[in-house]
Amino acid sequence: MSKRIVVLGGGTGGTLLANRLRRRFDEDELRIDVVDRDDVHVYQPGLLFVPFGLADPDEIVRPRRRQLRRGIDFHEAKVDSVELAAQAVHLADGSTLPYDVLVVATGARLLPDETEGLLGAGWNETAFTFYTLDGATRLRDALARFDGGRLVVDIADMPIKCPVAPIEFAFLADWFLRERGVRDRTEIVLATPLDGCFTKPIASKHLTHLLAEKNIELEVDFVAGSVDGDARTLVSYDGREIPYDLLAIVPLHGGAAFVDRSPGLGDALGFVCTDAATLQSAAAPEVFALGDATDLPSSKAGSVTHFEGEILAENIERFLDGRPLAPRFDGHANCFVETGFHKALLIDFNFETEPVPGMFPTALGPLPLLHESRLNHVGKLAFQWIYWHLLLPGRGLPLVGPEMPTAGKRIPTSVAGGAR
Amino acid sequence: MTTTLIAERPVDVDAEGFLTDPEQWNEEIAEAIARDAGIAELTPRHWQVVRFMRDRYLSTGSAPSIRALGKESGVPVKELYELFPKGPAKLAAKIGGIPKPKGCI
Repeated sequence: MSKRIVVLGGGTGGTLLANRLRRRFDEDELRIDVVDRDDVHVYQPGLLFVPFGLADPDEIVRPRRRQLRRGIDFHEAKVDSVELAAQAVHLADGSTLPYDVLVVATGARLLPDETEGLLGAGWNETAFTFYTLDGATRLRDALARFDGGRLVVDIADMPIKCPVAPIEFAFLADWFLRERGVRDRTEIVLATPLDGCFTKPIASKHLTHLLAEKNIELEVDFVAGSVDGDARTLVSYDGREIPYDLLAIVPLHGGAAFVDRSPGLGDALGFVCTDAATLQSAAAPEVFALGDATDLPSSKAGSVTHFEGEILAENIERFLDGRPLAPRFDGHANCFVETGFHKALLIDFNFETEPVPGMFPTALGPLPLLHESRLNHVGKLAFQWIYWHLLLPGRGLPLVGPEMPTAGKRIPTSVAGGAR
Repeated sequence: MTTTLIAERPVDVDAEGFLTDPEQWNEEIAEAIARDAGIAELTPRHWQVVRFMRDRYLSTGSAPSIRALGKESGVPVKELYELFPKGPAKLAAKIGGIPKPKGCI
């Protein structure tokens, strides 16, 4: 008998999962519906480049439905809620989608309104976020006019998508303002709620060293409580103040709003409570989640979503066959970290092993880990093509599987298991 | 990990003074850790947070983040910082006798 799977979210995770499942199952075996509130798929890694004129806003956007294989029904609709007991998704237009399997892939939502004063005076004039296409574009115009002063990059609080992006933004700002000849009149400050610039000690040490080299000031343990837009001051909950002329802030993140309206589905922040190894939700056996929408302690990053997608497609097939799920996800993440001046670092890690130096994806490379190189920068740029043409269609990447490779990594014995 | 005396009881603590075994905790230990951290007296508001942290850790195996604490404990984030200066989640965990909360990534 034909089954029906409903995928909420047509972003990275929803798209690549739906495409993988469409290839695995015939249309008469499995009906696949993808729901998203709009038809605008943003290549989110490209947002980092927009403020510096390195990517055009139009270049990083494509229609969502065009990324889905034939035989997948796309619904452009808002989700009101999920009724777990009835196995039904209620849409805002009053219609209902019943499901045999539900996948929540609705990502993370930005919550700038939860930081007092952030959306008040100066928002989109002196305070911006590059985490939206509109914000990144406005910030580009502000940076083009910027004539020196204090540029503050701030992470309101964790968790955020792509925890390295704010560091990359600071590196690129250093490069950009140097090129423009105003770097010597500019102070750059990176403020973070973490006790270092990154969550993992070895990478944090490397990145802190690079920040110092580029004369970027680091303010740690800084949890932004409020913004005074008139005085252009960022204030932490413990009363510390950071004045700015230009603020690039990463707002608080939460899960999609419908998760809050669906009792039992998510945690206090609206992220779906998910088993870290199988990606099955804690809410119901037929409900799964992937990507930024989960509450997993892995990075909220496209690479994580990609690795999860491969495992989740297999687990959904197992679930439909009545076989036990494979507890295969290891928290694998892989991120290029742009450092400016046409160079980048690469980090590759999972739940157990923090980013360490070495080579990727094999012991012979070609990409060096935790080491600045032009090849990594080329890799980062090439990734946009790979994203649209290999990753979203649900094809594997050559040499890169879901499980983290250890060949090529110089893992100190004290590190394995020591990562958070 | 070392063993130390808090409120005249031997307890196992990590390098930063967090109890490694929540079973060794009692209210006198909580008060002693609080005094040591500069909180002269634990008020009912303090206890509300400390107990919430501890219960959540004992039932789920992980302590809530500061944001989740602000949404679920009934004490808003701003007040959490007034009650537990510097890092409320860390300090409340320490006073509650549970391991240091792991940072989200």
